[in-house]
Amino acid sequence: MAGATTLHAGGDVAARFENRAATREPAWFKWTLITVSLAFFTLFLLMPLIAVFVEALRKGWDTYLAALIEPDAVSAIKLTLIAAVIAVPLNLTFGVAAAWAITKFNFRGKHLLITLIDLPFSVSPVVAGLIYVLVFGAQGWFGPWLQGHDVKIIFAVPGIVLATIFVTFPFIARELIPLMQAQGKEEEEAAVVLGANGWQTFWYVTLPNIKWGLLYGVILCNARAMGEFGAVSVVSGHIRGLTNTMPLHVEILYNEYQFAAAFAVASLLALLALVTLGIKTWVERQASKVKEEE
Amino acid sequence: MSRRTFHVLPGFNLTLGYTLFYLCIIVLIPLSAVFLKTSQLGLSQFWDVVTTPRVIASYKLSFGASLLAAAINAVFGLGLAWALVRYSFPGKKLVDALIDLPFALPTAVAGIALTALYAPNGWLGSALEPLGIKVAFTPLGVLVSLVFIGLPFVVRTVQPILEDLDTELEEAAASLGARRWQTFRHVTLPILLPALLTGFALAFARAVGEYGSVIFIAGNIPMVSEITPLMIITKLEQYDYTGATAIAVVMLLFSFVLLLAINGLQAWTEKATGRNR
Repeated sequence: MAGATTLHAGGDVAARFENRAATREPAWFKWTLITVSLAFFTLFLLMPLIAVFVEALRKGWDTYLAALIEPDAVSAIKLTLIAAVIAVPLNLTFGVAAAWAITKFNFRGKHLLITLIDLPFSVSPVVAGLIYVLVFGAQGWFGPWLQGHDVKIIFAVPGIVLATIFVTFPFIARELIPLMQAQGKEEEEAAVVLGANGWQTFWYVTLPNIKWGLLYGVILCNARAMGEFGAVSVVSGHIRGLTNTMPLHVEILYNEYQFAAAFAVASLLALLALVTLGIKTWVERQASKVKEEE
Repeated sequence: MSRRTFHVLPGFNLTLGYTLFYLCIIVLIPLSAVFLKTSQLGLSQFWDVVTTPRVIASYKLSFGASLLAAAINAVFGLGLAWALVRYSFPGKKLVDALIDLPFALPTAVAGIALTALYAPNGWLGSALEPLGIKVAFTPLGVLVSLVFIGLPFVVRTVQPILEDLDTELEEAAASLGARRWQTFRHVTLPILLPALLTGFALAFARAVGEYGSVIFIAGNIPMVSEITPLMIITKLEQYDYTGATAIAVVMLLFSFVLLLAINGLQAWTEKATGRNR
């Protein structure tokens, strides 16, 4: 399911096709297709992005900054960072372990395991939130026990962290599995035969080979962790200053018709998205350089 | 190989054990709660909950708009992928980088941005209103946000296949007298088809479950512009946990079927193009 998000290290091949009469379309066709595609791109991707910044600054810089340093906004930013700081390393550890087990060994049920790892991608975010309510909520499996011990998970920070972990679960594993599969295991086996232990093998042999894919998975995982809305919305309870993440804060402000403030907080998330895409493009360039050298 | 108990590389038990443990506590056990909770309902009760007129209307909107959005993305996504791979034009690198915006931009941000654009006083909404077209707060708005969310899936599954294509096949077709269109129709398209269908299915699967980008622009009018995930939220807000869970089961079963279909399509893509991802 993650097919569309995997590291893509292709070079520019346009010249190859444009320089040959047999693989070239007429100029009118070329420019019509480019125009239509760019119009579609502008309408659906570029304009929403620009709208975020225009709406955010509509009432001037002072309103913009005020919306960002207001205490509820600051606590939403903090909670978003906390959720990402917990979720990303946990999914990173899992991703590396899963990719190691799946790509370096043969065992029964491997394909089933890969499908199960993909599962969170195909579950609606709302359902992702719901499952934790059913397990940890007041009427859930552990609800009475948790209440007896005065532990709050749902409508509290742990629930938000759990929901974030769920929706970002497959990102890093799905990035590493195809990469490590393609690289095989000869290099690692050689290292072990030469006397390296498991940790040394991973650190000095495997990691240098997968670093770009790993970084790519981490930034995508992080972007989704900070931006998740549906799943977090179900488990948060929307308590201002306590269980509001940035996307939820945007929703509250928007529903209260504080549009400039809503877009101001949204613009921070849009900047995060742009930084993510910037790093992603840079990583792809590095990876394609490595590919060319090979 | 599978019967061998000795491995050259270390860490099999540790990594597989941890993988299964983490998978169980984060994904499998919580997901099983949905099915266990629903099993408390009788089959006829379950059926009643998931087939009330308001819920049926939400299925029609969610599945209909998602299918249509995925189809629109398949057409324009193929066009974009073609332009990005085969042509040089100014700003191409920027366009290529921004295609992934829907993956990186939080859905709530996309939702309010699209609403601001298409609201009656927005840039696009005010232009469309004299034509009698209302987008925001109608099913059309749902379609617009689902197109936004699904676009990169099609472009990013088709693009690498197009890049890997050799010129030779098309040159052979041309030298045998095929017109450019015939070459595309009979040579290139069949190679791209599995990837295109995979992208379509991925966009469709994502659209059916989408919540954040839709609820702002949909207006959420009962029987008209309510999507299925919103029905789950509505039931939860009324503390109707069994009702919410029953609808979740319907959505989950549907996503499982789609996941299997997508796995099949991806296997087909690999076979058709000789790529092994």
